Amino acid sequence: MSVATRPQLSHLRALESEAIHVMREVAAEFERPVLLFSGGKDSIVLLRLAEKAFRPAPFPFPLMHVDTGHNFPEVIEYRDRRVKELGERLIVASVQESIDKGRVVEETGPRASRNRLQTVTLLDAISEHGFDAAFGGARRDEERARAKERIMSFRDDFGQWDPKNQRPELWNLYNGRIHKGEHVRVFPLSNWTELDVWEYIDSEQLEVPSIYFSHEREVFQRDGMLYAYDPAVTELIEGEEVYRDTVRYRTVGDMSCTGGVLSKAATLEEVVLEIAATRITERGETRADDRVSEAAMEDRKKAGYF
Amino acid sequence: MTLDLLRFTTAGSVDDGKSTLIGRLLYDSKQVFEDQLAHVAQASERRGGEGTLDLALLTDGLRAEREQGITIDVAYRYFATAKRRFIIADCPGHQQYTRNMVTGASTADVSVVLLDARRGVLEQSKRHAFISALLGIPEMVVAINKMDLVDYSRERYEELRAEFEGYAEKLTGVSSITYIPMSALEGDNVVSRSEAMPWYDGPVLLDHLESVEVAYDRPGEKPARFPVQWVIRPANGEGDYRGYAGQLASGLLRRGDEVAVVPGGGRTRIAAIDTFDGELEEATAPMSFTVRLEDELDISRGELICHPEEAPSVGREVRADVCWMSGELLRPGGRYLLKHTSRTVTAVVDSLEDLLDTHSLERLGPPGELGLNDIGKVRLRTSAPLAFDPYSTNRRTGSFILIDEASNATVAAGMIAATAA
Repeated sequence: MSVATRPQLSHLRALESEAIHVMREVAAEFERPVLLFSGGKDSIVLLRLAEKAFRPAPFPFPLMHVDTGHNFPEVIEYRDRRVKELGERLIVASVQESIDKGRVVEETGPRASRNRLQTVTLLDAISEHGFDAAFGGARRDEERARAKERIMSFRDDFGQWDPKNQRPELWNLYNGRIHKGEHVRVFPLSNWTELDVWEYIDSEQLEVPSIYFSHEREVFQRDGMLYAYDPAVTELIEGEEVYRDTVRYRTVGDMSCTGGVLSKAATLEEVVLEIAATRITERGETRADDRVSEAAMEDRKKAGYF
Repeated sequence: MTLDLLRFTTAGSVDDGKSTLIGRLLYDSKQVFEDQLAHVAQASERRGGEGTLDLALLTDGLRAEREQGITIDVAYRYFATAKRRFIIADCPGHQQYTRNMVTGASTADVSVVLLDARRGVLEQSKRHAFISALLGIPEMVVAINKMDLVDYSRERYEELRAEFEGYAEKLTGVSSITYIPMSALEGDNVVSRSEAMPWYDGPVLLDHLESVEVAYDRPGEKPARFPVQWVIRPANGEGDYRGYAGQLASGLLRRGDEVAVVPGGGRTRIAAIDTFDGELEEATAPMSFTVRLEDELDISRGELICHPEEAPSVGREVRADVCWMSGELLRPGGRYLLKHTSRTVTAVVDSLEDLLDTHSLERLGPPGELGLNDIGKVRLRTSAPLAFDPYSTNRRTGSFILIDEASNATVAAGMIAATAA
């Protein structure tokens, strides 16, 4: 290995160190952890942090993607390539399979989304594989319910979060004790902001799926959001028109509920500048799933959502 | 060098100005986004405050909190200035949620204690100051808020300051207290200097938070403490690589340093400090890295690497202040799991020495039990030795939690006292 210069304790390095510590604690205290990898920017950072925490050894856990079947193809292509590069194992939990098995019933109509269905697929996969800890890339700056969540967050045997009765989380001493059937969600990026994530991706020169950069695609407008048009997923409502525009994505979720933003940012540097100057939160701008009610995220999280 | 990440805590209820203060910091430092602002404007109107922007609504989190207008659990907020990144642990002030206040305080570098200029030094402010001191937060800011409602009176400020100083005399563990008169509602002395209080020549809140020094700023002045979290020993192809991974809790380690392993025993030298980005000559707290040692010693998770001439105490008996967080009572003979750094052992309560009266700050002598939110000194015996420092000198190696073996609940926060005798 080469000799690196003494790193400055920039806030990014402090956040990185905290996250590595969290990951190693979980690896040491749980029997069967899993890392949820969606191909989105936050879980891309998680993978780099796992490399920093466990190399030169392989990761002491597999990766898992909850695939709605409505993901952007660019993201799936990136996901598979990245997993191969790392030489790690990926489990794909499929919402389509949950539908086929009758575990969930697909919503119908033009506003149908598989967002809610993912929760069942996720909880089924956790129980099927016997996972007792699941790393997620959620951050507290994303949303008001997430601002309340612990770094290591307890889930009962129904996968539920009880926000009014969370375990105290003292210093960096995480209590990882659970009974059989229960699990914890672990959020190493709790204290990161969206800007931190992009600055980190830039400083580490991490590759991200191409849809994070400005590109031209077929879009249509609905409820003030700009959605990607895909004939396999989209059911247009009368009056909606498909046209081409230059967009990029700030978040990567299901195509049916993730909006793009008009943007010319084509490089990591330009994305960092754009995020630093933005006046709208990422979920407010791009996620229809949070617009359902004042407490949409809180309700989904209580049921076991990411 | 000052670390460009500062964690501070506030405590209180929605109605006593805490949320307005946080809202003001976020708003004036331009960290409030348009969609959040639109949301707040909507909610303000629904609650009858037509045309006004209730900044307190920015910090509402859970549905139950919005409904009841109280803070139940810690919420974490983020903002940045050109000089620093800030993490606010926004804590509840009610006595019944003390354990959540302790959670927020445990990782903070600074506490901002709020006083209402009209109402004086109330119980909640005292509790926050007291918990901050107990949790070893070295820097305290006393924000004397709502000065607009007392005509920005210097006399009232001096009076409150004197009253708080009287109380704070009995607090140990706080190295500095800064008093700032302000109006979060009007924005006086929060981000910009107040024209209404020309008699005040101290710092405004944000300037102070930007420049205050935090614990990690002088790593060279503290003994090195490296608890081993995880042994990296790849089974595939990397030869006989054996690295001890962890986060440096305090101090500084260099390649070639002679080190001791406690409590297991053994001495060797640091052969290399590895990171994913390459080897380092030296590493400082709070970095995470992996060390390789010159000699093969039997080291597993829970051992601590330090310099032999600056080793921590090693023993199976500790005296500690505990903040009890469970409805079940703590009694002599009680048996718990104790997690300290990366080591978990079994602990038995030998005796309860005192109970702290959080009103008078007097220690009342020996109680039969500790109940929910009680704080007292206990003696514990552990199934295996711990390598520890007093909490007053090291928050990482001086702290532990107790876990109920049956329910798995975290039942206590523990802070090891200076003498084990």
